[in-house]
Amino acid sequence: MSALDVNVTRKIGEFDLDVTFSVESGISVLFGPSGAGKSLTLALIAGLLRPDTGTILINDSVVTDCANDMYVSTQERRIGMVFQDGLLLPHRSVLDNVALAVRQTSGRQARRAVARTWLERVGAEQFADRRPGSLSGGQRQRVALARGLAGEPALVLLDEPLSALDSAVRRELRTLIREVILSSGVPAVLVTHDGEEAEELGDVVIAYNDGRVTGVRMVELPEDAAPQPESPDGGASQ
Amino acid sequence: MEQEHNLVHQLRDEHQAVTIALTVLVGLGLGYGVAHLFAGSIAYWGVVSGPFFLTLRVAIPATLIAGVSGIAAGYVLAKGQFPGRDVLETIGSLPIILPPTVIGFYLLEVLSPGTRVGGFLTRVVGHELVYNVAGCIIAATVAAFPFCMRAARSAIEGVDPMIEQAARAIGLPNWRVALLVTLPLARRGIAAGLTIGCARALGEYGATLMVGGDINGKTRTLSLAILDSFTTPEKNTMLLILVLMAVAAMTGVGLLGRSRT
Repeated sequence: MSALDVNVTRKIGEFDLDVTFSVESGISVLFGPSGAGKSLTLALIAGLLRPDTGTILINDSVVTDCANDMYVSTQERRIGMVFQDGLLLPHRSVLDNVALAVRQTSGRQARRAVARTWLERVGAEQFADRRPGSLSGGQRQRVALARGLAGEPALVLLDEPLSALDSAVRRELRTLIREVILSSGVPAVLVTHDGEEAEELGDVVIAYNDGRVTGVRMVELPEDAAPQPESPDGGASQ
Repeated sequence: MEQEHNLVHQLRDEHQAVTIALTVLVGLGLGYGVAHLFAGSIAYWGVVSGPFFLTLRVAIPATLIAGVSGIAAGYVLAKGQFPGRDVLETIGSLPIILPPTVIGFYLLEVLSPGTRVGGFLTRVVGHELVYNVAGCIIAATVAAFPFCMRAARSAIEGVDPMIEQAARAIGLPNWRVALLVTLPLARRGIAAGLTIGCARALGEYGATLMVGGDINGKTRTLSLAILDSFTTPEKNTMLLILVLMAVAAMTGVGLLGRSRT
């Protein structure tokens, strides 16, 4: 079973996106230069934009089917998303930000308990009562990662989550992102234009250029550098 | 570079000095007014209290109704994807542009039991909607509505759509995004609109005169009472109370829009 099947086209002005790929478990990285269509692909998968033609399947369920005019709303796709700038709610506490994403349980206290667990997993439990505006960029991205996974999504999408951070924090968070995502067992699609990041984070790298997939490659991590995933059978096919 | 730095500091100091001076002047004026009220005008409280409490009975519900409906209309105008949005906003803004007496005339046309619409509304509500407090509230609501609506639309349009998208992406349905994300983030602009709307409801004159009828003890609000007693000493008390009410309303509603982020 594929975690994600994408076969879409979308034209925006002169830019023409036409991509086909599949994603299984683990972390799949969409890698390429700025303007290649990576983030646009992520927005189409999330349902934030609609493709012109094609289909998108998450866990073999159709969420977009242009031919039949079928679009599952973003809220019903059961995805988690981590954005470049975090995009946390500035007027709510860190704990509230994560608790709002919890879907698997009802009741405020139960949701907050789940949220606290996720904050612990990303090492951000000490910020629970603070507002996002008082956190550093790296701390905000930890919270954003907890929020992206707290709703037990079928798929988590990460749109250049580290590009706004300095190199030391970036290195630290790479390890954390890989460990937390693999231990959660949630398949992930991560967008980056940083080659080192793609190699370090990805089980599979899907190379993008000018709106096209130009190659798909499995990454072989050195044993001592690779976190131990619960479901290490990542793969992709074009 | 250092000169620029000094200039910035100098300008900032001058700005602070002007702000402090204005605050002191306003404070002195209010202090004098309050002293005047308690020293000399307290004798007129018996005359003034009726219009004062009536003004509160009119302005508070009018601000609430105009606030809720204005925020809802502003949200629809900001987020709705339908033709004619700007035309609807223009229609909703007419009370700002038209003379209050014209608004009063149209309200009388709509609300009078002798007209087709007014007769229907009178039967539905169970009592007449003109020449009573209900008429005054309607007139003040219509006057306050466009300020609330326009401020809400502008504030809601100013909310970063990416934050709203991020909230949808974590599974929040649209109505929760509106209540938990959009409106809280737009609260300052909305509060500014409510403040002006409240001040407008407090000071409403022309439409209230026509729809309420300026009936002493029944529909004579402070604004109307001031004109009626312009040659008498109690007008000073009324003027002072209106100024204080306006300042209190603007401060109170303005504080609502402030909170730490």
